[in-house]
Amino acid sequence: MVTTPLLPSDYLDLVSPLRAGADLRGRIEAVHPETGDAATIVIRPGRGWRGHTAGQYVRIGVDVDGVRLWRAYSLTSPTNRQDGRVTITVKAIPDGKVSNHLVRGAKPGTLIQLDQPTGDFVLPQAKPAKVLYLTAGSGITPVMGMLRDTEFDDVVMVHCAPQPQDVIFRNELHDLVADKRLRLTEVHTDTDGMLDIARLDELVPDWAERETWACGPAGLLDAAEKHWSEHGVQERLHTERFRPSIVVAGDGGEVTFSATGKTVDADGATPLLDIGEEAGVLMPSGCRMGICFGCVTPLKAGAVRDLRTGEITEAEPGVLIQTCVSAAAGPCDIER
Amino acid sequence: MTAIDPTAHLTAQQIEELGRELDAIRDEVITGRGEKDAAYIRKVISAQRKLELVSRGVLLFSIFPPAWLLGTAGLSVAKIMDNMEIGHNILHGQWDWMRDPKIHSTTWEWDHVSPSEQWKHSHNELHHTYTNVIGKDNDLGYGIMRVDEDQRWHPIHLGQPLWNFINACFFEYGIAAYDLELGKNLHKRRRKNPEFRARAKAVGRKIRKQVLKDYVIHPLLSGPSFLPTLAATFTANLVRNIWSHSVIMCGHFPEGVQVFERRSIKGETRGQWYLRQMMGSANISGSKAMHFMTGNLSHQIEHHLFPDLPSNRYAEVAVKVRALFEKYELEYVTGPLPKQVFSAWHKVFRLSLPNKKTKVNTPERERELVAA
Repeated sequence: MVTTPLLPSDYLDLVSPLRAGADLRGRIEAVHPETGDAATIVIRPGRGWRGHTAGQYVRIGVDVDGVRLWRAYSLTSPTNRQDGRVTITVKAIPDGKVSNHLVRGAKPGTLIQLDQPTGDFVLPQAKPAKVLYLTAGSGITPVMGMLRDTEFDDVVMVHCAPQPQDVIFRNELHDLVADKRLRLTEVHTDTDGMLDIARLDELVPDWAERETWACGPAGLLDAAEKHWSEHGVQERLHTERFRPSIVVAGDGGEVTFSATGKTVDADGATPLLDIGEEAGVLMPSGCRMGICFGCVTPLKAGAVRDLRTGEITEAEPGVLIQTCVSAAAGPCDIER
Repeated sequence: MTAIDPTAHLTAQQIEELGRELDAIRDEVITGRGEKDAAYIRKVISAQRKLELVSRGVLLFSIFPPAWLLGTAGLSVAKIMDNMEIGHNILHGQWDWMRDPKIHSTTWEWDHVSPSEQWKHSHNELHHTYTNVIGKDNDLGYGIMRVDEDQRWHPIHLGQPLWNFINACFFEYGIAAYDLELGKNLHKRRRKNPEFRARAKAVGRKIRKQVLKDYVIHPLLSGPSFLPTLAATFTANLVRNIWSHSVIMCGHFPEGVQVFERRSIKGETRGQWYLRQMMGSANISGSKAMHFMTGNLSHQIEHHLFPDLPSNRYAEVAVKVRALFEKYELEYVTGPLPKQVFSAWHKVFRLSLPNKKTKVNTPERERELVAA
């Protein structure tokens, strides 16, 4: 009442944006380069941060050129870090607005928006006897969170990267190897070629007995899932994808954002999230790969197509769609 | 309205070319929007909040005259900033591109008795689309005044200088009534319309909150300074009302601004729409501080051409727009605040009386209006 039309928090945010009870935010405290195109960002989360489980990711909202963009990144710090800081490790991808900004332009002191950590690519309560980490490129990041967090008696890692200098955390991994806490095989794809999943028999003869966590590009994960299934051990394989795997496009249609009062034409291949953002509609977003459900929005009318499966969802009361992996399938009305 | 159409010398082709040139100015700003602009609006919002807090704090001791003076001045400025540079412009969607849910046209609420949702409809949709079209744009005299010779005179207009003065003092209530279209909706048949009742209720709630804050809670918190604080918040609201009323009068009422007939906008092209905005608006010249305190509505012409460009960019846009006025030999109506306010008031007084000559609806003039 005293502060109407604002809330007291609008004033408190001016002085204490990380306090308990505020929208969850974090402050970038340091940026450490890891490789030529990857960096670790040290973040002091706000008081409302509930803590993470090794392997989980966090959605962060970063202002790039003045525009708030949300992405999901794996947490690479151990869960018991003494100073309460957390880290994410980001690899700049070509044309990646957020990743390039974080790796090359992030400045200590900057406030970012945070969500609570989430994701089920995590270690189990009961310690498995033997572990295999199968990773490629930035797929190493959730696994690094696990390696730093929990020690196992028998850990093997197979990691793919174009060249030795592209291996993120290389020094730390080699230290672990020197301490005999890890057996590591690096596959340098520029010289060795892409990893043929059949080579696992030779690289890790007992792979089928190992509880396995795999993270990397879709090609590697698809091959791994097939391989594990064929050997009837698919329950030992846990995967995390950074991109939606299949793209199925069809006819688009006219999209109405009824809360904002905007109507635009959309093709059948562009996610509704991108369509809305382009039109200046306030779209919630997150991982942009269909896993975090940060973008769900009611579908009021019409139909949309899931870009991963081609499945059509039609409007019914209470139907929510993931805008990051859904495209218009004919005219539709989105409640944003 | 002048007797001669000031755009008669332009061919249809030239008007479309003008439209393309204006589109290019707009595109240039849109592609150049970025971090600096975002930092600007955040800085303004933060400064406004701090100023308001400090001023209200000072007013807790408003029993001491210097504190009263300082607090009242600060609160007046804070309220003007809230309504003009911040509220008006955010509600236009000028900052939606930042995708910050806290600074977005769909979530923003302002220190004003008209709920932002209703204001956005009457202002953004009606006024900005039908700018200066008689019978379509209610901003032409707010339904209580006659501001153009072509509006029919009625004896009630004799009192319009007084209505205008009262409206200036209680402008936010005038706006709220206007957004509710009270004049139209108080007719017996419409009064019970559920949609109107819901909107009226929303306004009632907003008024209650605003009044409670400014005239009950804040004075009570001031303890022995109860009465001086009450006087201070009343004064601040009054100052804000008169200031915004004056700025807004300067936007469309000064002499030299054109109005348009309803028929003239049928099948209007983009170029013609632009031209109507150019001829139907007037600027205020002055210092940077003046532009800021008007919420950059001193660049009314630029604002009407590009209502959703960030307000901090209107000054640079104005240079290019003015060059286009010169190129196409159009009159760019502008002047210092006192001159424009006088001109607008002069019109309010003059048109409170019936037109002197009856040449208004000659066939020749009809043709001019259509051409406009």
